[in-house]
Amino acid sequence: MPRLFRFVPAARRGLAAGLLAALTLAGLASVGPVPAQAQVFDPETFTLDNGLQVVVVTNRRAPIVTHMIWYKAGAADEAAGESGNAHFLEHLMFKGTDKLGPGEFSNIIALNGGRENAFTSYDYTGYYQTVARDRLEIVMQHEADRMTNLRLTDELALPEREVILEERRSRVDNNPGGKLREMIQATLFLNHPYRIPVIGWEHEINALSTETALAFYRRWYAPNNAVLIVGGDITAAELRPLAEKYYGAVPARAVPERKRATEPPQHAPRRLTLKSPQVSQPGISISYLAPSYNSAGNEHAYALQILDEILGGGTTSRLYRTLVVEQAIAASASSGYSATAYDLGTFGFHASPRPGGDIAELEAALRAEIARTLEDGVTEAEVATAQRRLRAGAIFARDSLGTGPNIFGRALTTGRSVADVEAWPERIGAVTAEQVNAAAREVFQDNRSVTGLLLPAPSAPSGE
Amino acid sequence: MTTDMTPLGSIDMKPRSRVLAVILILALIPALIPALILTAAVPARAIEVQRVISPGGIEAWLVEDHSNPIITLDLVFRGGAALDPAGKEGLANLVSALIDEGAGELDSQAFQGRLAELSISLSFSAGRDTFSGEMMTLTENREVAFELLRLALTEARFDEEPVTRIGSQILAGLARDSQNPRSIVGRTMSKVLFPEHAYGRPVSGTTATVPAITAAEMRRFVAERFARDVMVIGVVGDIAAEELARRLDQTFLGLPAAAAPMEVAETTPVAQGGVVVIERDMPQSIVAFGHAGIARDDPDYYAAYVVNYILGGGGFTSRLYAEVREKRGLAYSVYSYLNPLQSAALVMGGVATQNERVAESLELIRAEWRRMAEAGPSETELRNAKTYLTGSFPLRFTSSARISGMLAGMQLHDLGIDYLERRNGFIEAVTLEDARRVAARLYDPDKLTVVVIGRPDGITATRPAPPLDG
Repeated sequence: MPRLFRFVPAARRGLAAGLLAALTLAGLASVGPVPAQAQVFDPETFTLDNGLQVVVVTNRRAPIVTHMIWYKAGAADEAAGESGNAHFLEHLMFKGTDKLGPGEFSNIIALNGGRENAFTSYDYTGYYQTVARDRLEIVMQHEADRMTNLRLTDELALPEREVILEERRSRVDNNPGGKLREMIQATLFLNHPYRIPVIGWEHEINALSTETALAFYRRWYAPNNAVLIVGGDITAAELRPLAEKYYGAVPARAVPERKRATEPPQHAPRRLTLKSPQVSQPGISISYLAPSYNSAGNEHAYALQILDEILGGGTTSRLYRTLVVEQAIAASASSGYSATAYDLGTFGFHASPRPGGDIAELEAALRAEIARTLEDGVTEAEVATAQRRLRAGAIFARDSLGTGPNIFGRALTTGRSVADVEAWPERIGAVTAEQVNAAAREVFQDNRSVTGLLLPAPSAPSGE
Repeated sequence: MTTDMTPLGSIDMKPRSRVLAVILILALIPALIPALILTAAVPARAIEVQRVISPGGIEAWLVEDHSNPIITLDLVFRGGAALDPAGKEGLANLVSALIDEGAGELDSQAFQGRLAELSISLSFSAGRDTFSGEMMTLTENREVAFELLRLALTEARFDEEPVTRIGSQILAGLARDSQNPRSIVGRTMSKVLFPEHAYGRPVSGTTATVPAITAAEMRRFVAERFARDVMVIGVVGDIAAEELARRLDQTFLGLPAAAAPMEVAETTPVAQGGVVVIERDMPQSIVAFGHAGIARDDPDYYAAYVVNYILGGGGFTSRLYAEVREKRGLAYSVYSYLNPLQSAALVMGGVATQNERVAESLELIRAEWRRMAEAGPSETELRNAKTYLTGSFPLRFTSSARISGMLAGMQLHDLGIDYLERRNGFIEAVTLEDARRVAARLYDPDKLTVVVIGRPDGITATRPAPPLDG
């Protein structure tokens, strides 16, 4: 896999499952009895006159800082027919400005012993550098520069389009599991742009141009549509003068409201089967539309995180215990829920049979567990255990330099506030079994689901 | 939504072996200094690494950090999967997956339940040369965490249920790997480079060998291999040296003093050039390439490290990146890296590109390999590489777990407890003359051995693919 941008708190196997599944605050919680004002990261925040929101997460472990700019625009904000454009622009942001030549910012970062990268998702696009704290001003100067002075030519942009096509081949076209995930997403969402892959459909990537990228840039990239997050060996008082000097000089611009097509009612379950000679270990997934923190039905978001933990969190979860250990029909079984979408999220199940096992039998057993959850519900004891399991995560999350900045970046670009992040332990701690059961009934509806099967196909004549 | 894309990728054929342990912390700079001081030498001081020796003689290296109530411990035993007996390939890996699946009085679900309940993370893994363990716990749960670690190392049960279950999980993974193009390329390359040596065999074993491993053999593995004379320990976090000393004895004194004799023959990879093609119907070919490298304890290691950074190790700035990706858009990722195994050294690389352009990409890579061998880096490239490699050193300190891993690695490679203070000096000491001499010694385009999977145009195999064990 290419290096996905994915910050997992320093926890290892076991804990990591829960923390990873969420890419969010799942796994963060308070320790001990939940105090009235539990603090997770205790950040400092301020806003510049031009509307740029700033968050500082101090971490004194080493004299280094992680500097991130997050734009509140991603693949779901692209114009129709221009899929992949947000990601294309992200690549082109490294191609220079009025002041710096192509790749020059990267060279400057390397010359200062820094590391950098960028990422694009449905709801946000981000750029970051990690540097020694005395080099922070240098990266701020140039990141602010490319917020407004990007310069592109076809000569620079068109080879990068080829790079993105190669990236697509690596992630999707070469990989039957990747192709199936793309089909599932396109089927689960009937109308919302989450149905379109972030990296873009190949034929639409081919039609992207310098002009489409610049149009996206001019529409969305502005200080009043961005969040600056700096984590590490620094305080707000130290950061503020630099933020004002560099980002403060970028004028605010009118940015359109994010308007996405919404989902209609869904009336039928869907089922997809992808067979490929490249598959030798079958798998099944069942995905349901689910509310996020920011969508209609968001009162269920915290309960769904508890539910995810009870059903699929690690080797003592319900699914692992029943399907993998007791019935001994699955090699793996897990669940996954992310609450951080700007619009609707998904709640998914994944399982793979033991070698020689029957996928139909496994599907029946998985569905029986979902049905049991709906009929019998979860117990208060299970909820308490999940809350206790999650609560240690807050401390583990504080350990690593990048975790806090990433959680704030995701929250603040998807409709939440710093206070929401800090209140997370309290809200998780307040969830009752009754609420978890209500959330399960709300989400586990066949008519809002897609079942995906990844199966072997007879070998093509070539083979190895 | 979780589909994040990055412009800078690296491919997983790169072995995930623990990066060599290195730490150094730049001194705090009191105020932010003006921009664009590109190469300022920053005064450096080491973080305090304490050598803790328990009353029973167990040694651990410790970095105390009481800012969060967390303790991480990294444990490495010398001796890994390369020691698996013939016909029992996958033994070390299977043991690593089973010793936390029931130990002492606790059966599998009880053991895992204790870990889950207290949010203790405990995991083990087998590499070619080492067997590693990692523990992470809240300070308040340390008593149980150390006890569970002790039980896993000394009283693993290997009950029938977890043995069958974990065995089936490994077999499921092998089945997946058998069709995974990246895995096929990696395993084929190992076989090509080490046809007669243990390094050519799969760490996870095969569908034939994994079911042949018995509980008795795993118990013997535990008894013979987990011993104090082959063990190194790194600890970071909220624990004082005196307490750690006590817990070291409680946890590790029950291990035997000495491991059974172990030897992996020194070897040289078989890489005399040549191309292996594995035909596969997919739009993009995946390519691995490499030949013999430079050992970790070779005096030229640091020069090789710097030179490789310039050729293919540096993210957005390497020669391979510039020629293959930046100028021509041939690939999303292209790179090279040193892979100094304990008994053989390699320099390896990879690229993935559409079938139509594999030949062009390989031609460029060979040309860069040759150019570096013949002329070495320029003075500017060398200066820039040294600036990056020394300046980025403190960026490795991003979490407790990374630091404890480094402490264990420093001991494993006999780098000395003051290595953190000396490491940047080794990089700084590389002269242009060294770099050119070592580039000529390291890179040989005629020996570059290539494995391709896909339907590459214009590539002719010079030898058949070796059969892979199922």
